[in-house]
Order: sequence, then structure tokens, then C-alpha cells
Amino acid sequence: MNLLEARQVHLWRGEIHVLRGVSLSVAAGQCLQLTGPNGAGKSTLLRVLCGLLPAADGQILWRDADCTRDASPLQRECAYLGHLSGHKGELSALENLAYLCGLRRRCSEAELDAALQAVGLHGGAQRRPLRQLSAGQQRRVALARVILQQTPLWLLDEPIANLDVQGQELFNGLLAGHLASGGLALIATHQPLAVAEASLLRLELAA
Amino acid sequence: MTSPPSLGSLARLQMARDLRLALRRGGEWLQPLLFFLVITTLFPLTFDPQLSRLRDVAPAALWVSALLSSLLALELLFRDDAQDGTLEQMAVSGAPLAWLLLAKTAVHWLLTGVPLVLVAPVVAGALGAPYATIPALLAPLVLGSITLSLIGAIGAALTLGLRRGGVLLGLLTLPLTVPVMIFGARASALAIAGQPFVGPMYLLGAVAALALALAPIAVAAAVRINVE
Repeated sequence: MNLLEARQVHLWRGEIHVLRGVSLSVAAGQCLQLTGPNGAGKSTLLRVLCGLLPAADGQILWRDADCTRDASPLQRECAYLGHLSGHKGELSALENLAYLCGLRRRCSEAELDAALQAVGLHGGAQRRPLRQLSAGQQRRVALARVILQQTPLWLLDEPIANLDVQGQELFNGLLAGHLASGGLALIATHQPLAVAEASLLRLELAA
Repeated sequence: MTSPPSLGSLARLQMARDLRLALRRGGEWLQPLLFFLVITTLFPLTFDPQLSRLRDVAPAALWVSALLSSLLALELLFRDDAQDGTLEQMAVSGAPLAWLLLAKTAVHWLLTGVPLVLVAPVVAGALGAPYATIPALLAPLVLGSITLSLIGAIGAALTLGLRRGGVLLGLLTLPLTVPVMIFGARASALAIAGQPFVGPMYLLGAVAALALALAPIAVAAAVRINVE
């Protein structure tokens, strides 16, 4: 069964016709990789799907319910990771996560700690102000947030930017676990994803 | 699926985070307060230091300074959260956005409105208000500063996308605050004169209730447009 479906989605930004009839359907356990040249509308498509941008035309379905006008049923089950992380440099990784995850569900300190350990942030790094961490470490905190939100749908925009080789392997492991547990993911990236061919879909957006 | 957090815990979460951020940033929240003290000190220096004459301008001085200093801090209310993507995360969290933004505005009032109300007795005394009337002077300022924060939040949300939103924020917000200024200054003037001031207080309360009901909806709509 297809959990997420988009039918003929159109969007204009000013005079530019960014999304020209994009259709996609993703089932549980599948990963859709969005590719295309810069400016093709990969980020825009992800923002439309999670309800940040209203589509000019077309339909977005989540669990067969229409979420084009009111995206809240989809949003409750969707973790969105964009170019902006929503992190505050003055707060520690733990404090940032406690807030961002608390918006959706109650998270215990132990859960936060476990998620940060899972992305490779241990001990002191968890409690230092986030601005003292490197860009790659901050990206890892953002990934920890996506895990903690425990949603079936992941919408990720360049999740492996700034990550080192180990970080990319770590991400591939997290993604495989997510798909194996029946989750689905839409990922805008040019880097190859380590996902089994059977569950990997590709969508190329034209410039 | 776990159940979504209750409105009460969402408000606590948002307010605790914003207060913690304000403390980590140090004295940023003190600036409007100092601004308020400086402007009100300018009145005796530029007007007429006779207490009897000063007493007549005291309500105007209090309210105009309160308005200007509350405006000063407004630009920062949502700006950081817009730039680092926090507003985006709030908008896609499925939590009621208007409620979260109301909690943010409440913190703004706690950090700018409440200190202002607390130093107002000193300022009013310095401007010649009799000490016996000072408790009565505070009531309209409490209600008025709440309303000013709420109205200001609308302006702050609307000017989020602009690089230099400060001037426009003032032009947009100041006309909307006219009712608060009229009834607030009138209530303060009556309080200083030792007369009953319930009439303007009721009107001030009505404006505050209206702002409390409508401002969060307007703020949320403006923020949604901004994160597009």
C-alpha cells in the first residue's frame, strides 16, 4: 500500500514554474531519492510535501487522506530536516533536542542521551553549547532529532552534507533501520544511498 | 503513535526554552528597561523641573516611554527563530502554532513588560506622582503592557521577511496601539489625581481581551506566510 502519494503537483515561485506536475508514490519500507540539478526544485518539493508551502495545483495524499489543504495529519507523522536545523547555538545538544522533540512527544533524558550516543555524540559534547561543535557534529544532532521524533515518514534535504565518511555510514545504518521497521523516506541528495535496489526509488527533477 | 503533548506542557516547554535562551544571552532583555529609564529621565530635564508641572505630563511620559521601549525589543521577538529554522520546525510539528507563538509572546512580556511595571513606581515618583497613588498607577500599566506585547507581536511577525524591518515595524504597530495609549494614559492621569479610574480600566481590559483572542491567530498566519 502506498502511504505517501503526490499527484500532478504544480508550484510557481514568482514567474518560475518550479514544480511541473510532479507525481510520486512511496510505500512503507521504501526510500525515494530525489535528484536533479541545482534549482530543479528538490527542496521545494520536500517543503510542499510537509505543508510548509501550499501547492498551486495537484493533490497530496497521506494514508489515502487528502493532505493538500490541511497537512496536519501528515505533519504529525513526519520528520522534516531542511537546510536550517532549528538549533540554537547557545543551547546544548541535549537542550536543543529536548525542545524540538518535546513539540511532538515527551522524551526522557535517557532517550535523548541514547539518540545522541547513536549518532556518535558522547559525554561532554552533549552538554556543550552547540555553537562550539563542528558543522558535521551539528548535522549529527539534527539526525538524532529525526530519530527521536519516531515518525514513519522522513523528509530529508541533503542529510549527509558536512558528514565525514563515518557519519555517512552511520546515516546509511540509521536509514536501513528505519526502512526495515516499515518507515519511508524521501531524500534529496546526489550522493549514492546504501539502500537495497528493491526498496530504492528514484525521481529526477528537470531544471 | 504516542499521544501529542498537552497545551499546558507545550506552553511550559516553549517558555522554559525562551527564558533559558534569554538568560544565556545575558543583558539583551535589559536594554528596553534602560531605554525606558533614560527617556523618562529626559522629561524633567527638558520640560520644567517643577513637580506640580511634571505631574501633569507624568502619564504621557510613562506611556509613551513604555510604548517606545516595548517596540525596541520587538524586532528580536521572532527574528532568530526565523533565521535558524525554529519557526519551520514549529510549523511542521503538528502542534498548534498560534499557541506556541502566544507562549513566546508571554515570555517577551515577562522579560520586557514586567520589569517596566516594576520600575514604573520609581519613575512615577520621580515625575511627581504622589506616593499614595502609585499602586493604583500600576494596574493600567500591567494591562497596557500585555496588550502592547500582543499587538507588537503581530507587527514583528509581519515584518519578519524584511531585512530592515525596524522602521516599518514601528509604522505598522504604533497606529494599532492608539486605543491602549488613550485609555492607559487616561487611567494613569485619573489615578495620579486620586480619582476613580475604573472607566478607562474597563476599556483597557476590553482591548487586552480582544488582543489576546485575535493576536495569536494573526501572528500564526503571518509566520506561516514567512516560512513559505
